[in-house]
Amino acid sequence: MAARSKYPPALILRTLIAWLLTLLLFFPLAWLILTAFKTELQAIAVPPLLWFTPTLDNFREVEERSDYLLYARNSLITSVVSTVIGLLIAAPAAYSMAFFKGRHTKNILMWMLSTKMMPAVGALVPIYVLAQQAGLLDTRTGLIIIFMLSNLPIMVWMLYSHFKDIPHEILEAARMDGANLWQEFYRVTLPLALGGLASTGLLCLVLSWNEAFWSLNLSSAKAGTLATLIASYSSPEGLFWAKLSAASLMAIAPIVVFGWFSQKQLVQGLTFGAVK
Amino acid sequence: MCRVSARCADTFLYALPVSEPLPMNRLLPRLLLTPAVATLLLWMLVPLVMSVYFSVIRYNLMQPEQTGFIGFENFEYFLTDPSFSVAVLNTIWLLGSVIVITVVMGAALALLIDEAFPGRAVVRLLLISPFFVMPTVNALLWKHMMMHPIYGALAQVWIFFGATPLEWLSDFPLGSIVIMVAWQWLPFATLIFMTALQSMNREQLEAARMDGATYLQQLRYLYIPHLGRSIAVVVMIEMIFLLSIFAEIFTTTGGGPGDASTNVAFLIFKQALLNFDAGVASAGALFAVLLANIAAAFLIRLVGRNLDT
Repeated sequence: MAARSKYPPALILRTLIAWLLTLLLFFPLAWLILTAFKTELQAIAVPPLLWFTPTLDNFREVEERSDYLLYARNSLITSVVSTVIGLLIAAPAAYSMAFFKGRHTKNILMWMLSTKMMPAVGALVPIYVLAQQAGLLDTRTGLIIIFMLSNLPIMVWMLYSHFKDIPHEILEAARMDGANLWQEFYRVTLPLALGGLASTGLLCLVLSWNEAFWSLNLSSAKAGTLATLIASYSSPEGLFWAKLSAASLMAIAPIVVFGWFSQKQLVQGLTFGAVK
Repeated sequence: MCRVSARCADTFLYALPVSEPLPMNRLLPRLLLTPAVATLLLWMLVPLVMSVYFSVIRYNLMQPEQTGFIGFENFEYFLTDPSFSVAVLNTIWLLGSVIVITVVMGAALALLIDEAFPGRAVVRLLLISPFFVMPTVNALLWKHMMMHPIYGALAQVWIFFGATPLEWLSDFPLGSIVIMVAWQWLPFATLIFMTALQSMNREQLEAARMDGATYLQQLRYLYIPHLGRSIAVVVMIEMIFLLSIFAEIFTTTGGGPGDASTNVAFLIFKQALLNFDAGVASAGALFAVLLANIAAAFLIRLVGRNLDT
């Protein structure tokens, strides 16, 4: 075969178009990052400034003026605790359905999926009233319960599809050797399922961290998450884009990096395993 | 066909008899299942029953002295409110435009980066990033830094081309929301399509190319049929999540101007927390649940068919 150019025109064209579109789509985020390091005056300069001396003042001021750390702590606690509790409830259920398949297993799975499809707004009034009665409005406990419940179906489904892929023969062998159900779960299934547990947890952390409907409606100054802190910047009083950008950057950076690592699990989780 | 045989192998594997559970092990699986089933049952039934109850009584938080059964008055009020038909139309527009934009552009992007080129890994990471941005940040980023009529980046582009910058949020409120939501969900569609393309039958493609199939023919007979199922999945999942878009509207237009960017979810929110009318809001909520169930029925059938149990 004749030696072909290392870069055929089709490849060059593909590369150019792909990069152009990508930079276009990434532009809003890139702009956010740039603005976070500008002064307020530079942020609204016309024409926009591309070269400037970066400053970290915005990050300091965001913390001083709006107590960023309080909201960040709320976000962290609510998403981590709701994920852990969710895993503790979902894992046994997924395990039971994956290894002790009954006549109703498929129906139960489908029913769980259907609860995820209830629009959150459909439950707004009842949940608000219940939270008020129980004194859970604007508390982290309230948010943790809600986040956990709304993620539970996804957790069961993801864990189920992971557990399902564990070969039954290994369990047979353990059972033959006289392991009881607890030993079977703890010594054999759990180590094999750790990967699935980790990726399920990761996805739920992302979903809870970004959750905006319930946190906007059920929390404010005390238990508010970063999503509510950012929403409070929507009022039109004055232009403080640099500070808004700094706060936004601090709110999304951890989870975007997290997301990069869990993109594959995310696909499986969000499509309930229908696309492999 | 590779896909068919893979699925058959799958079915075959799971059809293998699992050994009969021992009698002492029969109770435990149920115990393990109970907490999840019980909590989800409560999560589903309690709000539903309460909504049904609230929707047939007079229940306004501002007029606590007025109580009592009023039949279908709340439903009548919600459904005949002039905002209602606007909100239903807006919901459908929002959903439809975002789905069309994300599916078409997502498929194009996925096809574009399906084959290796320099920097593909970086492109992938940059492309999926918007999906992990929380909705409130997304909304404010677009409202202030992109769409602001004086200082926004889009205004600069308009000025650069000698045009008058647009008042995005007041002149095109629904369109602006569509742009924000589509920007967020395009990575999702792209990601799903990329994953699906990886399972394409490479030999078949190679054979088609050898036989001189044009790119359009390859698209028509190989790529698009292969993407069929994932397109259905993307459409259904987006339907579920986008039926109740809330944070983007809440943080930017507040449903306005007028009702121009109010969807059903936001209308219910307004009734409940701005008008304090829990009764009317509950009637609306039941309507939203009905809408979602119609959508869900399709998804359940779709996913159920693909579930190899």
